[in-house]
Amino acid sequence: MSSTFQPYSAMSNAAGEEAGQSYTFPPDQALVLDSGDRLAPLTLAWKTFGTLNVQRSNAFLLCHALTGDQYAAGTNPHTGKPGWWASMVGPGLPIDTNRFFVICANVVGGCMGSSGPHETAAATGMPFGLNFPVITIRDMVRAQGMLIDHLKIDSLFCVAGGSMGGMQVLEWAANYPARVFSALPIATAAKHSAQNIAFHEVGRQAIMADPEWGDGDYITKGTNPRKGLAVARMAAHITYLSEAALHRKFGRSLQDREAVSYRFDADFQVESYLRHQGSSFVERFDANSYLYITRAMDYFDLAADHGGVLANAFRKTPTRFCLVSFTSDWLFPTVESKKIVHALNAAGANVSFVEFETDRGHDAFLLDLPEMFQTLRGFIDAAAQARGLAAKA
Amino acid sequence: MHMVELRKELLRIAEMVPASARVLDVGCGQGELIEFLTRTKSADARGIELSQVGVNACVAKGLPVIQGDADTDLRDYPAQSFDVAILSQTIQATHKPADVLHQLLRIGKTVIVSFPNFGFWRVRLRLCFAGRMPKTGLLSHDWHDTPNIHLCTIADFVALTRQIGATIERSLAVDESGDVRDLAQPGYWDNLTAESAIFLLKRGPCLPTPA
Repeated sequence: MSSTFQPYSAMSNAAGEEAGQSYTFPPDQALVLDSGDRLAPLTLAWKTFGTLNVQRSNAFLLCHALTGDQYAAGTNPHTGKPGWWASMVGPGLPIDTNRFFVICANVVGGCMGSSGPHETAAATGMPFGLNFPVITIRDMVRAQGMLIDHLKIDSLFCVAGGSMGGMQVLEWAANYPARVFSALPIATAAKHSAQNIAFHEVGRQAIMADPEWGDGDYITKGTNPRKGLAVARMAAHITYLSEAALHRKFGRSLQDREAVSYRFDADFQVESYLRHQGSSFVERFDANSYLYITRAMDYFDLAADHGGVLANAFRKTPTRFCLVSFTSDWLFPTVESKKIVHALNAAGANVSFVEFETDRGHDAFLLDLPEMFQTLRGFIDAAAQARGLAAKA
Repeated sequence: MHMVELRKELLRIAEMVPASARVLDVGCGQGELIEFLTRTKSADARGIELSQVGVNACVAKGLPVIQGDADTDLRDYPAQSFDVAILSQTIQATHKPADVLHQLLRIGKTVIVSFPNFGFWRVRLRLCFAGRMPKTGLLSHDWHDTPNIHLCTIADFVALTRQIGATIERSLAVDESGDVRDLAQPGYWDNLTAESAIFLLKRGPCLPTPA
């Protein structure tokens, strides 16, 4: 079976979208990884929206989630669909591209043009596959730091992201407090829970159980573990929703039939929906990237990196924080956000925290939630005012 | 609640806050006081609020407010991390008022507490002669529907401050029209005529550190 997944480098400038940017750092600027490995040369692919002001003070970094990419706003040229945060980022939206210079980079380890297992290793001329070094959330943030340096930006007005993006926001604030004026970690946690590691392991095992995975060497072998990756996505997708949302959306309704088939077709709408989620995902995502990025999330434990005390990660932080959680999110439940809030309070940080009532589960942060938009707009506007950024034109 | 009275009361509280102070408003509601202190006193004012509606409104206004519970979340704050900790019309709704007060005295260098006075004559009359649970301007809920589970009189509150070793720096009586008068020593008459009271407290010399 041939792969329909296309590497970034093979992308055309589809749908009239402004082409993304990409930069390969000189080999002497290696990305030094938590594992001790060095990744060189490092390539990062990113997109920007809006204009950097003369003071270079209005840069707004977005950190994407596990299966996200740099196409936060506008139209994603791979899918032809709106970017993953198109409801939040754009002219006049809470993250206002008339006002802010929004940057979103594909994480290192990803598959949308940044260095990752899908890309070709310079040393061998072959795809990295499992020879790609294991990366961490902090490695992703270090790479973004190199990008921000490359763009000659000293300090970011805001770093925002949900889920794994929120983990990156926390790492940014902990490692570069002077470079982060405000931080918006959404639906996230300071460490990945045992339950979440367990779910990730199910996904990884599904991929590795697919014969087409071929020990990670599927690109060279001309195969693609589509079934394994689709199952991984299906299992994960359930965790992004909630029982209430699934019930509201599908209940026990049958798919295009009057009665159950007494076979193993997708009798139920929810089955059909999940199969669709799985099969559309493999068109845009690389199986090995999925292994690497889920691993990075599993390794995330911010307190452990700071003597076991989360508050130590934020001592004397000048950053203004706003944390957000959702009542029906059982993957990154409110209690995890509260732990971060407690640590920030103990560190004397300027912190806001809001929990939104919704039945839409973890993915609520990507959805159209007017109440959330209004609240985040308030936080962002107040921070912009404190930063001395002019009001919207 | 009487908005006029409340506003007057908040103004009195704001007057007690020094310029540029670090302030924690526990039970900050829609953030009126935080907003006022930030604007007029250049205060670094933050809030805790239990209700989601209140928190959302505050954060949407750009105020640093977290959703939290005075009964459980105050222990996360470091000792003496605020110049002023404020508990305005909230202590009567906490589960453990004495513990909350202890925590506030630990967190704040000074503490301002305001509460409805259950010794107010209208309250006494209603219970005495109507034989019904009191409902007044400040205590407007039915008995079965009230968040106010630990009501006290001015005399009760003074007794509590003694018990926990807090020093009363200032006490104010607020009457029905929202007018405020300083009390040298809160007495019987004040306990009868004040609809609510405002106390400015400090840690006493021998106040033990709460666990």
